[in-house]
Amino acid sequence: MVVTTHRPLPKELSDIQQEMEQHALDYGLDFFKTIFEVLDYEELSMFAAYGGFPVRYPHWRFGAQYDELMKGYSYGLQKIYEMVINTDPCYAYLLSANDITDQKLVIAHVYGHCDFFKNNAWFAHTNRKMLDQMANHATRMNRHIDTHGYETVEMFIDTCLSLESLIDPYAPHIKREAKAERKPETKRQEEETGEASGGRFPAKNYMDRYINPDEVLEAEASQKREKAREMSDQLKFPKERMRDVLYFLIQYAPLEDWQRDVLSIIRDEAYYFAPQGQTKIMNEGWASFWHSTIMTRHGLTDEGLINYADHHSGTMATSPNRLNPYKLGIELLKDIEERWNKGQFGPEYEDCTDMFEKERWDKDLGLGREKIFEVRRIHNDITFIDTFLTPEFCYKNRMFSFAFNDSNKTYEIQSREFEQIKQQLLNSLSNHGRPVIYVQDANYKNRGELYLEHEYMGVELKLDYAQDTLVNLHRIWKRPVNIETVVDDRPTILSYDGKKHHTNSKEKT
Amino acid sequence: MVRRIDRDQQRFEKIIKGKVRQQLRKYINHGEMIGRKGRETVSIPVPNIEIPHFQHGEKGSGGVGQGEGEVGQPIGRGKSDGDGQGQAGNEKGQHIREVELTLEELADMLGEALELPRIEPKGDDALTSKKDRYTSVSPTGPDSLRHFKRTYKRALKRMIATNNYDPKDPLIIPTKDDERFRSWKTVSEPHTNAAVIYMMDVSGSMTDVQKEIVRTEAFWIDTWLKRQYNGIERRYIVHDAVAHEVDEDTFYRVRESGGTRISSAYRAADHIIKRDFPPSLWNIYCFQFSDGDNWGEDNTECIENLKENIFPICNLFCYGQVRSPYGSGDFIKELRKFEEEFDNLILSEIDDKEAIYGSIKTFLGTGK
Repeated sequence: MVVTTHRPLPKELSDIQQEMEQHALDYGLDFFKTIFEVLDYEELSMFAAYGGFPVRYPHWRFGAQYDELMKGYSYGLQKIYEMVINTDPCYAYLLSANDITDQKLVIAHVYGHCDFFKNNAWFAHTNRKMLDQMANHATRMNRHIDTHGYETVEMFIDTCLSLESLIDPYAPHIKREAKAERKPETKRQEEETGEASGGRFPAKNYMDRYINPDEVLEAEASQKREKAREMSDQLKFPKERMRDVLYFLIQYAPLEDWQRDVLSIIRDEAYYFAPQGQTKIMNEGWASFWHSTIMTRHGLTDEGLINYADHHSGTMATSPNRLNPYKLGIELLKDIEERWNKGQFGPEYEDCTDMFEKERWDKDLGLGREKIFEVRRIHNDITFIDTFLTPEFCYKNRMFSFAFNDSNKTYEIQSREFEQIKQQLLNSLSNHGRPVIYVQDANYKNRGELYLEHEYMGVELKLDYAQDTLVNLHRIWKRPVNIETVVDDRPTILSYDGKKHHTNSKEKT
Repeated sequence: MVRRIDRDQQRFEKIIKGKVRQQLRKYINHGEMIGRKGRETVSIPVPNIEIPHFQHGEKGSGGVGQGEGEVGQPIGRGKSDGDGQGQAGNEKGQHIREVELTLEELADMLGEALELPRIEPKGDDALTSKKDRYTSVSPTGPDSLRHFKRTYKRALKRMIATNNYDPKDPLIIPTKDDERFRSWKTVSEPHTNAAVIYMMDVSGSMTDVQKEIVRTEAFWIDTWLKRQYNGIERRYIVHDAVAHEVDEDTFYRVRESGGTRISSAYRAADHIIKRDFPPSLWNIYCFQFSDGDNWGEDNTECIENLKENIFPICNLFCYGQVRSPYGSGDFIKELRKFEEEFDNLILSEIDDKEAIYGSIKTFLGTGK
């Protein structure tokens, strides 16, 4: 199987590559062997559409992505300069149309990414042989297609993809449970209403009120109801809520073997890509930090300067309603380096109330470089922001938080206060901006219904999407599905029973 | 070699076109495609097909940005489908995608959706066009048409036959006699043409909404007829009390007032047909749109004109009565009397945009 196009770099570029690699090594970057290839835009877009992987299972969304990239490029809206994948060895693809200064910049940038992939803790559990794994997935998928037909499998992939974000991004790092719980028999209980008829003795009409006194029947009925409730508590399953909804479904949903396999493939790939979402700011910031360090100190020629400045500033451009991860990442890293060089940290510095003194604080410790290497090893975006974002930094970078104003359907600047900005930023980054959802009960109402819970943190679900997703969930669970969330500030259960949607909102509490 | 991505992209296109087909009725009724016409293709906006996820909506959402501005200053409108969460911009909002369809594909979809029968053109061989086809080979011709392979083969044969060919030194030198050239034959192809005459009442009661309905219907009629014939010619007539032949653009824009004499339009149509489209050679279609408010005495003359000049030579005469805010006239009732007698007379009442779909089906569903 052809995994890459295996085109050796032209001499001109391989010289640059060696030079950049040496600079990267000199600065202490540590990366897997990195294989570069030059592609034209069409090829690069193709690789990008497949998430960097030359071989993946067939699916229309890759085609859609490719189509979008090619159109964006031909209309001059966007351009990919480079692409790196987290494997050992790392593969990096360069755009053939880049001019030589761009190639230098991009190669330096790539080494930043490769170092990050290898050393950042959140990537520690990723499969470095993912090229093979992806190809295996493709083979398995194709086998299912051969057996069950293209459209059947494609439709099921669509269904699974609809749920792909329902994983537990921390699961690879924490063992939450020793082993999977066994599914209890979900035997259908008698009606909870506990009709007394069951306890009624046969009796002639005129004797009935003596043989089956109303009080006794009532007492029996209530006892039964009580018992049923107890039973249903016992039958609550899983015992602890579970964040890895996909794992739960793979274990317990009534799926055919091939469907279970497809769902596992989707889950595996979701876990592989998860750390990239968790470390976007850091990873891009780190790569940008190194391309700018290496380029400005070593890589630039007189004639390349303008081009470099142009490209670099384009990458770093900010806009009011969208945070640029490259910009935030590189600035924060530079800030940390400077603070640790000058000793602007620790209790003594924190306690200092004299702004003027704080500003010229310089103990000449020179710990900056060491510090940022540590940061790149242990942090993800959330802990990075939580630990290192400072009021001074927010002020200097003109940061603000914005919020959606429901009355005029507009995003507005909400605050320039540090605490608010930081909180908003952390909120947006949590679970990389996706709602956090748990399996709460798989035997809801003692009827084998699935009950999910959306951990509401102030942002409501997009309702139509939620309903469509429930439909897909039902396709897998095959029994009614519910999700507890908040709609219009009220706790609400959205349900889908296979035919109709129900919205059950509780009173405001 | 078919690349993986081509397969996935083709599959994606197929799904999207399926989407268009599914929603064709909506597109037809709302005229969304018109004005998006390229030469041979139309691009149609299709909401990007998306895989739904549990995701955040706008309510309660926000993010962090950079730049100048006061607290309370708006920084961008909410998009009903956007990425409200502002997660460092690594997820994108919903896109509207433009799908390129050829007019043929569109016509086929239309035909399928409306279950339109294919038209059997009349006068099949009456009109022919000449076309050159390169089907033969001749010993003379210009260098640009030299048939290299044939020339080479003849030269090889000759050299082998004359014992001049040496496999160790396979040198082939064609002489003048060896040369062969591609050559064409002129063939006649049956050429069936259709002429479409659109007539519209532009009295004050035909507002822009009514004209938009007419425009939308005419677009689909054109698209369908084009698919059925090798070419179509269109003529446009507007009238109030008098009729004028105009170009397409004027047809949809002009607005006049004054009384309505529909007969004036029929006279103009008759004139155009006699001038440009001899009925023995052309498939003639007349589409008339009006709110049906005619000058009372004129009705008799209209009917006479139709019976005498138009019905006998038309594949179809279609009258669409568009309801206007000023009430709907009763010209259609006059025509109903003749519906039985002339099976190429098709009537349709178009109340609003939603009725366009049905009206097209009525007009074109006859297969004439």
